[in-house]
Amino acid sequence: MQIYLPIADLPVNIFLVLGMGLAVGFISGMFGIGGGFLMTPLLIFIGISPAVSVASVSSHIAASSFTGAINYWRKGALDIGLAMMLLSAGIVGTATGVWLFTYLRTVDQLDLMIGLSYVTLLTAVGAMMIYESVRAEIRTRKGMPATLRRPGSHTWLHGLPFKLRFKRSKIYVSAIPVWAIGFIIGFVGAIMGIGGGFLLVPMLIYFLRVPTATVIGTSMVLTLVTMASATVMHAATNHLVDAVLALILMVGGVIGAQFGARTGQKMRGERLRLLLGLLVFAVGLRFAYELVVKPDDLFSLRHVGTE
Amino acid sequence: MRRLALTLALILLAGGLEPAAAERLVVSLSNHRVAVTSSFVGEDLVLFGTIEPDSAKTALRPPYNLVVTVTGPRQTLRTRRKERVLGIWVNVDSREFVRVPSYLAVLSNRAVGEIAHPDVLRRLQVGLDNYLLPQRIGPDIADTVSNDPFRAAFVRLENQNGLYRQSGTAVTFLTPTVFRVAIPVPANVATGNYAIDVKLFADGAMVARTNTALEVIKAGFEQYVADAAREYGLRYGLVTSLMALLIGWFGSVVFRRD
Repeated sequence: MQIYLPIADLPVNIFLVLGMGLAVGFISGMFGIGGGFLMTPLLIFIGISPAVSVASVSSHIAASSFTGAINYWRKGALDIGLAMMLLSAGIVGTATGVWLFTYLRTVDQLDLMIGLSYVTLLTAVGAMMIYESVRAEIRTRKGMPATLRRPGSHTWLHGLPFKLRFKRSKIYVSAIPVWAIGFIIGFVGAIMGIGGGFLLVPMLIYFLRVPTATVIGTSMVLTLVTMASATVMHAATNHLVDAVLALILMVGGVIGAQFGARTGQKMRGERLRLLLGLLVFAVGLRFAYELVVKPDDLFSLRHVGTE
Repeated sequence: MRRLALTLALILLAGGLEPAAAERLVVSLSNHRVAVTSSFVGEDLVLFGTIEPDSAKTALRPPYNLVVTVTGPRQTLRTRRKERVLGIWVNVDSREFVRVPSYLAVLSNRAVGEIAHPDVLRRLQVGLDNYLLPQRIGPDIADTVSNDPFRAAFVRLENQNGLYRQSGTAVTFLTPTVFRVAIPVPANVATGNYAIDVKLFADGAMVARTNTALEVIKAGFEQYVADAAREYGLRYGLVTSLMALLIGWFGSVVFRRD
């Protein structure tokens, strides 16, 4: 059954898009991420322009992270204080990202920028996750504890001023790295159409030493607010959010996430991280391939204006 | 000198009157309004027409050739060219096509090149190669030769999108003077007014011309969403965000397990 998308201006098969929503939702529920880094490329692949994809996916991620956030809220696995601090910078990052997005679109370099950001971020983060989880796996084989607990271990980040105490997460850190992380997530989220969960979770764990209990719930709150505001900003400045497309994706995503979460709970953390690492890395390579290999058509069109 | 000018004027007058005095085109379109709804996947319109003598005394002179040019609402597009820079493919060069038709179909009963002399076709802008596609080149706006790389790429890409097309079989003569034209309206057409220009050729010269129009509109919900997104961007974004929250909340309630 074909349905016409009013903003993307093309008909798509409703079941195909719903299926994509389900599949990505499953993965996002399994790993506790938004899944934007999978959804945006998929939409581009079925012929929706990168700009509309990035803008519409942000509302889809807002929906799935809201479901997740509510679940974590009920379990009390949410650090509202930390989330608010990250958010204050996240919104600024998102606004900067949307502004750069608009600018790059006018100079015809948006697609390149989206491609490059995907390659750099995904291959780097994917490789790091694979490395970490393989090392943990080897340690378990040798009979050592899977994760090295380093209580009280401090990095130079802990020496920075403006220290704040986050009770729920039991951490005492400077506001500077918290703001920096929030800004980066908001910024890349707006440009790449990703919630940034797969970036934020490792950053919170490695840089701020946020315990695993609160990290995913907190990351979901941040994802929710940055993506909801990215939706509003993209809609207000670029008029590119396709509500019909977003609605189909959301319904699929929310359902898929529930089944994914059940599967994910049956797996060990390290195994899960290795799988996610491989997935992230593979998507990154796919984008690298596209940038490096000679395109089928050297020419492309872009609408500048309608009369 | 005066006699020469008079003769020249007489010849011009005679030349100008002669074709108009011979044939007349009567056309009728199957549907003047195409509505883009949520299930729109494209549509084929049919244009019927007859060639009639302009007055009872004039005789028809078949065989005729017919060229129908359909042009959609104007828009400005940029054609970009990629080149390898530091190992990756980057848009390095672009050319803007200013106020060109968003849809351009040249439909005829045989290959356009066989209908008239290239000079005639160029003057009447018949065929994709001859239709004026103004480009912004530096401070000027001008069309280029048809094999200019940017122009060729532009036409090729629009052709792949199904928006620019040229067909020598879309016009069928049912009798020597009654014809039928199939006008394809693909799913990705822009909304707005479309002009249909019908040109009749005999012996390599245009003998009659008429035009009609059609309108493509978004209807119902599609129209509403598209308008809202364009006119009330901020409110539209807020509503979409709210919808996301609602669906997210709904999901957590429906699948609640505790």
